[in-house]
Amino acid sequence: MEDAILFLLFAAIAVVCAINLVVQTHPISSALSLVGVMGALALIYLQLGGEFIAAAQLIVYAGAIMVLFIFVIMLLNAGKEHRVRRRLWVSYAGVPLLAAFIGVAAYVIERMLPPSPGAKFGAMTHGNPQEIGRSLFQVYLLPFEVTSVLILIAILGAVVLARKEVD
Amino acid sequence: MQQLWLIPLLPLAGFALNGLFGRRFPKAVINAIAVGSVLLAFLWVLKSLNALGAFSGGLEETHVEHYFTWIQSGALNISVDFAVDRLTAVMLMIVTGIGTLIHIYAVGYMAHEGGYYRFFAYLNLFMFFMLTLVLGANFLLLFVGWEGVGLCSYLLIGFYFSEKFATDAGNKAFIVNRIGDFGFSLAIFLIAIHFGSLDFGKVFSQATVLPIETSPGWITAIALLLLVGATGKSAQIPLYVWLPDAMAGPTPVSALIHAATMVTAGVYMIARSSSIFLHSPMALNFVAVIGIATAFFAATIGLVQNDIKKVFAYSTVSQLGYMFVGLGTGAFSAGIFHVMTHAFFKALLFLGAGSVIHALSGEQDLRKMGGLAKKIPITCVVLFCGSVAISGVPGTSGYFSKDLILESSYQYAPWMFWVGLFTAGMTAFYVFRAFFLAFFGEYRGDQHHPHESPFVMWGPLAVLAALSLGGGFINIPKYLEPLFPSSEGTLPSFLSWTPTVAGLGGIALAYVLYVLAPGLPESMASAFRPVYTLLYNKYFIDEAYDSAVVNPTIDGSRSLLWRTIDGGAIDGTVNGVGKTARSIGGVLRHLQSGYIRSYAGWVVAGAILVVIVMGLRGVM
Amino acid sequence: MPQIPMPPQSVPLTWYLILGAILFTLGVAGFLFRRNVITVFMSIELMLNAVNLSFVTFSYKYKQVDGHIFSFFVMVVAAAEAAVGLAIILTIFKNRQTLEIDEVSSLKN
Repeated sequence: MEDAILFLLFAAIAVVCAINLVVQTHPISSALSLVGVMGALALIYLQLGGEFIAAAQLIVYAGAIMVLFIFVIMLLNAGKEHRVRRRLWVSYAGVPLLAAFIGVAAYVIERMLPPSPGAKFGAMTHGNPQEIGRSLFQVYLLPFEVTSVLILIAILGAVVLARKEVD
Repeated sequence: MQQLWLIPLLPLAGFALNGLFGRRFPKAVINAIAVGSVLLAFLWVLKSLNALGAFSGGLEETHVEHYFTWIQSGALNISVDFAVDRLTAVMLMIVTGIGTLIHIYAVGYMAHEGGYYRFFAYLNLFMFFMLTLVLGANFLLLFVGWEGVGLCSYLLIGFYFSEKFATDAGNKAFIVNRIGDFGFSLAIFLIAIHFGSLDFGKVFSQATVLPIETSPGWITAIALLLLVGATGKSAQIPLYVWLPDAMAGPTPVSALIHAATMVTAGVYMIARSSSIFLHSPMALNFVAVIGIATAFFAATIGLVQNDIKKVFAYSTVSQLGYMFVGLGTGAFSAGIFHVMTHAFFKALLFLGAGSVIHALSGEQDLRKMGGLAKKIPITCVVLFCGSVAISGVPGTSGYFSKDLILESSYQYAPWMFWVGLFTAGMTAFYVFRAFFLAFFGEYRGDQHHPHESPFVMWGPLAVLAALSLGGGFINIPKYLEPLFPSSEGTLPSFLSWTPTVAGLGGIALAYVLYVLAPGLPESMASAFRPVYTLLYNKYFIDEAYDSAVVNPTIDGSRSLLWRTIDGGAIDGTVNGVGKTARSIGGVLRHLQSGYIRSYAGWVVAGAILVVIVMGLRGVM
Repeated sequence: MPQIPMPPQSVPLTWYLILGAILFTLGVAGFLFRRNVITVFMSIELMLNAVNLSFVTFSYKYKQVDGHIFSFFVMVVAAAEAAVGLAIILTIFKNRQTLEIDEVSSLKN
């Protein structure tokens, strides 16, 4: 029972932060909301037994990527977005449409997921680093190596794109 | 194995060498290759035939050499085989022997012409194809040779390709031949269907046991289609129109191809297929009727022509008609005999005419000749020999062969005998008309020094003259008896001297009209002006063909095929595809608005669509 | 007294998936309707997170670690993409002095 309450709590935090991200005008507020979403998600992962993933989420996503975002926002000195006149039907139909879409998605998910036991904290024991490591270096070795090359390329790309032109 | 394949391949090698490298060879080398290859082929023919016993009463069975399988498709098996039997032996001797003589002659005749190496290359190529035609042991090889000689004929007629009339004549020859070849192809298809093979041995052994068709059936169809092919190649009615125009080619070409060898291919083919023809009396009747009609018809045209080569061209058409009569009346060996004797004297006549033309530096019009007997005596003598041979003067080769044909035609249908007799008279008349006009009387031309031909030219002429006079004593019909059982044909005794009378009468009439009373032909012509015009203009047949067949085809092709179908439909479709692609592109272009968010919108729309589809499939 | 609905003993897996769907939809909305290019980028990150959640959920369902592995790779790719993407945004800003996504439209037509 505690699992359910905790889940609902963290889910609420995530959704509220997500809505905030979409609604806020200043990019820095959106960035901070995103950090909140990621934190909430990390806790949900923990509940699902993904210890390694939760830690990686906090370290990599919230700790590195979001910091990068915030650095760039500060570097570019991005200001608030201007309000723009929306067409009438967009203002009124946007939110209901979204809600309807989510409702349909929820219905489909309910119908399609085969019956399975619910989630309990502690029921999944395979999410620890040993398991991840074993799987990563044996079964998924090739994707692992390829991904490292991918990161190398991304680094090179970022360096080339962002450097100052030397005249 | 007599290595028969060497016989056609030696001239082919000559063609390859002269064709590829001849441009850089000196004339002596070109001559050596060209003449040498044909001479070697002739010697090899002699050797092979001797080894097979052809000259000593042997070669009663066909000698077949198998080289390799060409086409293997289902039940149809066609291989490259050469076969020699007595008929082939005769044809081989004619083709290589007379071919060699003409090659030697051409060395002298073409000495001052351009394109020397090209001429001899083509001539050798022709020999290759002709020998393939004769040696082939199945219908397809014969057809290969058939088409090949047609090609060489086109190349050689249009040898002076800068003259429009020469290239037109080459086109005409090729196209008219093609019409005949179409009939031949259909015949080959029918033979393959009905006999299951194209091999001569298999086809004819099956054909001999078939019943004789008295009403039109498939044997008649095959025979008639073969006849269509033969009329194209051997210039019979209705496809003879190319032969007179073919005189645009150099004279050795006219001699070799259009007198001695290629035009006899049709006769050879019918003789070879005698088993099929013998089982369809209707078709044989056609052969004979076409033959006699052509013989008479062409002879009438030849009476009034003024170009010496045209006279001999129509004579060739007429003599070919005689050969067809021989075949059609059942005397196949008589037809082949006439092929041989005709090769002798017609080649002689053409080459002699070439000698005259050479002496006069290119003049071909009889009205501008005359009195040449003293100036070019050797040519005069040899042409005299040829002329008496074709007129059927007793003792000459032409006498024996023509006599046999007339006898056989009397047996078959007496009216053919009388028409043939009259035609023989006309033949003698027009040949001696040409002879007298050229060699007797006063010289009417403007050349100052007609000079005799060199030895390299009159040497072969002398050989041919000897053959024309004495060749009749080679008893071909007896030789060919195992193949063509001779039909006993003798004229009743009161008629046996009529061919001789006709021949001598024609000569006498020509003498009267052109030596004794030179003004008489003119007055006769003006008296019978309409008839004269009709004959002189070849019965306006060419013009009739033009308006009835040629022009409608050209107009139809131009308006229907070119403009409508090619321009409209095909080009329209291709362009239309391009236009459609362009217009679709023009519409899709608006997707590329440059706004990233509109792209994003499209992506999301697509994703939603996919989700909906998956959802529907799952929920249902 | 009306029954207070008791929260279930364990959390049904559909709830996690529905949460993922909500986050994803919000990410799409932000991606379509915001004009600042950095905010658009952050919406993309939100979408990726939602997907990660689904992976981990299914990994729980089958008690296998493969979902975690995949989620890990998604994170790595997101990191690389963020680096390069932000570098591009820097370059665009240097050239055009604007962060409006609608003004970067030189691919028009």
